[in-house]
Amino acid sequence: MRLSYPTNLRIVKVPCTGRVAAIHLLRAIEKGADGVFIAGCMEGDCHYQEGNLRAKKRVTYIRGLLESIGVDRERVAMYNLSAGMGPRFAEIAQEMTDKIRQLGPLVKSTNAGKEVVA
Amino acid sequence: MIMAKPKKAEEIISRVKDFSRVLVAGCKGCVAICEAGGQKEVEVLASAMRIHFSQIGKRIEIDEVSLSRQCDKEYLQELADSIDSYDAVISLACGAGVQFLTEMYGEKPVFPGVDTCFIGVTEEQGVWSERCQACGNCMLGETGGICPITRCSKRMLNGPCGGSENGKCEISLLVGRDVACGWHLIYERLKKLGELERFRRPSEDKDWTASRDGGPRQIIRKDVRP
Amino acid sequence: MSATTPSRLEKIIAAGHLAVTSECGPPRNGDPEVVSRKAELLRNHVDAINVTDNQTAVVRQCSLASCIRIKLLGLEPVLQMVTRDRNRIAIQSDLLGATSFGVHNILCLTGDHQRFGDHPTSANVFDMDSTRLIQTVRMMRDEGRLLGGHQMEEGRPQMFIGAAENPFADPFEIRVLRLAKKVAAGAQFIQTQCIYNMEKFKLWMKQVRDEGLHEKVAVLAGITPIKTVGMAKYMKNKVPGIDVPEAVIKRIAGVPKENQAEEGIKLCLEQIEELKEEEGIMGFHIMAIEWEEKVPEIVERAGLFPRPAVNGSE
Ligand code: SF4
Repeated sequence: MRLSYPTNLRIVKVPCTGRVAAIHLLRAIEKGADGVFIAGCMEGDCHYQEGNLRAKKRVTYIRGLLESIGVDRERVAMYNLSAGMGPRFAEIAQEMTDKIRQLGPLVKSTNAGKEVVA
Repeated sequence: MIMAKPKKAEEIISRVKDFSRVLVAGCKGCVAICEAGGQKEVEVLASAMRIHFSQIGKRIEIDEVSLSRQCDKEYLQELADSIDSYDAVISLACGAGVQFLTEMYGEKPVFPGVDTCFIGVTEEQGVWSERCQACGNCMLGETGGICPITRCSKRMLNGPCGGSENGKCEISLLVGRDVACGWHLIYERLKKLGELERFRRPSEDKDWTASRDGGPRQIIRKDVRP
Repeated sequence: MSATTPSRLEKIIAAGHLAVTSECGPPRNGDPEVVSRKAELLRNHVDAINVTDNQTAVVRQCSLASCIRIKLLGLEPVLQMVTRDRNRIAIQSDLLGATSFGVHNILCLTGDHQRFGDHPTSANVFDMDSTRLIQTVRMMRDEGRLLGGHQMEEGRPQMFIGAAENPFADPFEIRVLRLAKKVAAGAQFIQTQCIYNMEKFKLWMKQVRDEGLHEKVAVLAGITPIKTVGMAKYMKNKVPGIDVPEAVIKRIAGVPKENQAEEGIKLCLEQIEELKEEEGIMGFHIMAIEWEEKVPEIVERAGLFPRPAVNGSE
């Protein structure tokens, strides 16, 4: 099954979303991404117990931090889905892209439309 | 260990917004362990600041460094060569570190990046609590190893007061969390040690000269001095 | 117990009468009339009037000034003093000032934490606690010495020393030990927290007697009439250290709103009757919070009126 998802997406694979530190989310934005989302396993299904829950906490923390420095919190998000949910992934990617498009580029002069997913 | 909590990013940003080269200096001592001012926190703060300034179209260069400790000249010395290239420093060390850095590099504006809170312990991940007020005159030997100066909200020496309820201090109602009544703890502990008799003796007045009340403190030890 | 100070309260107790005290909360402004008015209400019905000291850490006219005012009216004040707001310098200074005006009773308290009050961001002092305050007054009175060592030739405080005790605070087993400590420190009378849980109070009194403390200290039972069921619930839930049993709330709630105040008065009269029989109870401290005008009625209906005259009281 081949699914199409937006091409502006750059995927960074990690063994578990628990490995995604707060700084990774920020770095992505700092390096030019206009939004970042983490696609983790379903809650309760983490192979490493609670990696995805920790990722969720970090996302919440970074959203708060961004807001405090004047950046829309929606630029960072957490989604949960299982490995077998390809169509759902495409859907999420589209949803996120649409949201970021609406918000526009973070830094007005740079090229818009970049997005990173971990 | 000295416990601190990060200041809000917007407060820090407002302090340095008019400089063009800023150094964020962390400390790998206490504040790293309580996740307020170590290397990880330096990275996050510096990155957030860069995002903020680039978003508003300001050119401010932000560098990062983490010293082994900021309460030791030896480690602060590491900044000697680079410090001149910055207009300001944000120190994520405790208040002692911030001040020592200021003393060393007198010309530079130095701003605190954390609020230094207390001497305490890590109760569990993400939970730190106070245990010592550095009164300079330790009385733990008298009170079953629990400090009434720190753990009684009224630093009573003959507690508990009339507000102690179910082991909780009267201020629990106000602070929105359960604060253990220090004297309840002392009582339970002395009971365990079979030393309840201590309760019958009224205490002496505390000599506060060795605490904050006596003015800024210093320890000079001839045996250790070179 | 024989009286050793000019305190009228002490003489009443020493003569074996049941003492009656009440309290007066000064206003949150500088009005000179409020304290006088409240004190006058009590003139013939109590032996001494406590003046609260920035109670619940809310700023009010100062306790010492109000005590002086009461004294000048020819009445007997009890100076309440908390250690929350004064270091040992201020404490002793205020005690000497009180002495100079002939204030002969003191109630030594640590005080509610300032976070309860109207200045929660202020600093506190707590240089000493209530027990140490008791000791300090006793030393100044009996040895004529200040904490710093200065020996007073004249003008020693002549104070009947009191303390508060809350039989309902935790841990319960320690309350009598604490009282013993205050008595050892020099407390001569105790005014208790207001009593609603009679069973627990009597249990505490039994422990007081078992320790022989009732022979060394005069226990004045704290009585506060309940005005409305709302007040009862508020005290139960919001005031640390007050124990209002469900049965009391039910009883007040069980009568129509317009009769609740009378029911509250009846309840406290029954308590007084019952406690008169309790060995070791030497009197009553009636605290009618913002309801001072009811005190004379309570004293009369409780059969505690007229107040006895004692020889030599000022
Ligand atoms: S309740 Fe306990 S900890 Fe709190 S002020 Fe009273 S004695 Fe101290």
